[in-house]
Amino acid sequence: MAQVVCKPTRESFGIALCEMAKTNKDIVVLDADLAAATKTSIFQKEYPERFRNCGIAEGNMIGVAAGLAAAGKIPVAASFAMFSTGRAYEQIRNSIAYPCLNVKIAGSHAGISTGEDGATHQCLEDIALMRTLPGMVVLNPADHFEMMEATKAAIDYDGPVYIRLGRLAIDSFNDPDSYKFELGKGITLHEGDDVAVIASGLVVNEARKAVLALESEGINARLINIHTIKPIDRDIIIKAAKECKQLITVEEHNVIGGLADAVCEVTSSECPVKVTRIGVYDRFGYSGPAWELLEKFGLTETHIAKVIREVVKG
Amino acid sequence: MAKSFAELKVLAAKARLGAIIGTYHAKSGHPGGSLSAADIFTYLYFNEMKVDPEKPDWADRDRFVLSKGHCCPSLYAVLAMKGFFDWKELESLRHVGAMLQGHPDMKSTPGVDMSSGSLGQGISAACGMALAAKLDNKDYRVYTVLGDGECEEGEVWEAAMFAAHNNLDNLVVFVDQNGLQIDGTVEEVGGIEPLDKKFEAFGFEVVKIDGHSFDNIEAALNKAKTVKGKPFAILAKTVKGKGVSFMENQVGWHGKACNDEEFKVAVKELEDEIARLEAEV
Repeated sequence: MAQVVCKPTRESFGIALCEMAKTNKDIVVLDADLAAATKTSIFQKEYPERFRNCGIAEGNMIGVAAGLAAAGKIPVAASFAMFSTGRAYEQIRNSIAYPCLNVKIAGSHAGISTGEDGATHQCLEDIALMRTLPGMVVLNPADHFEMMEATKAAIDYDGPVYIRLGRLAIDSFNDPDSYKFELGKGITLHEGDDVAVIASGLVVNEARKAVLALESEGINARLINIHTIKPIDRDIIIKAAKECKQLITVEEHNVIGGLADAVCEVTSSECPVKVTRIGVYDRFGYSGPAWELLEKFGLTETHIAKVIREVVKG
Repeated sequence: MAKSFAELKVLAAKARLGAIIGTYHAKSGHPGGSLSAADIFTYLYFNEMKVDPEKPDWADRDRFVLSKGHCCPSLYAVLAMKGFFDWKELESLRHVGAMLQGHPDMKSTPGVDMSSGSLGQGISAACGMALAAKLDNKDYRVYTVLGDGECEEGEVWEAAMFAAHNNLDNLVVFVDQNGLQIDGTVEEVGGIEPLDKKFEAFGFEVVKIDGHSFDNIEAALNKAKTVKGKPFAILAKTVKGKGVSFMENQVGWHGKACNDEEFKVAVKELEDEIARLEAEV
């Protein structure tokens, strides 16, 4: 096991942008007065001439990004997920997705783990919003190393991409020496055929800990990390449905419109199986420390293990 | 080769005819604003912008964004006359599978630099293009046309702030002030005046012109090139429905096409005008 790095994925994103910018002169980064929080400040410090703060005006920021892309640049537009995807949804739809422009949209402070700021800032709908847009790639990396590689892949990909970033510092679990990011491909982190747990983002490591803990109870759960929610890896889901018969999805997002729906869309037409959904059940969050909230919403190891146990034992 | 004003008048009248033909065949669309902005489109494409119909994606070309995207019928007519595509395409405007969509689509129409139609968004994209020129040390310029009703959108002012804050002196913003929007006059519905003072307060150099005078349009665009460090706004007073007698200043002609009878009258008026103007060339 490689050394564990504890970082918020927003920071990994900022570092990766800087690495890419060394050789890719077309990258331009935009932020909407949250550079210090989204960590585009890392890029701003290194490449001030290629950074523009757009002020607290997310709709315009997205439009500016569209114009930059139409003129051949590779713009990255960042804010909190609530604002970059929520406030500016229609600008993304009509100015970026419809003309299929090469813009990378970053949504930081996504999910319940935003913590104390509460419901107004805990975006639980960003993946649903972005997933419905034709041609939009939706990425939700799970740890530092995955975010580094996903960011690089997003920049190299020619087309619109949404990438979800977290506020909370989390432990890495991937081994940087062997880790390989492939856009649209899920990763099997643990083999097993009692049930398949399909997780995405920050909660992948919680699911991983749950799956490992259950080995001692004789439960062999398969664990699949879906870093690309769109286009989703149909093959890995169908294979899991056929071999494991039951699926559990885990996401830090409303169970409506996110990973759960993306998985069910595949299974319902290709291989109908029971899917148990762990996520936020169509409600808003509230203020509190991130880990307490994750616990309350059943997104930590303990609750995930309990659900796996129940599903396997029927 | 710059056109004479007499030649431009013919082209603009033909652009109006194209808008009437297109919307008639589509049985829908927005003739009123297409007619008010026709002189601006004509001047830009024939006497101002560096564009090449043979190479619509030429990287160093000047850019145009029709922020009031619904007025594309006369823009399409100008693009057709400039040689980006065949005039016959106007007859399939808004039809299934057509090159000419109901609102501008950069992916399907040669010469359209940005997809637009959702009001307020085009000016932001124009800002992005102007910023790209600055970042790449290129001297191309970016032009956009907004509607006066469109100035009710908050994004217009976000973009205006951005343009001034980033010293986008390669950006020219026209406002086609025809004074009417769907639900009534702009002053009744939204109340945007004093628009000149607003743009000035947002950091623009502003001129007010007659948007049907090529002399005025030319003077304004020439002045724009002398202004350094700030964006330029041209508030163009226009007549909605200009050139078709029964459409002029009529709010009802914002978003409907001619019926058969109206079409005959409109075409006759415009063809007579074209013949008269051609005689003056």
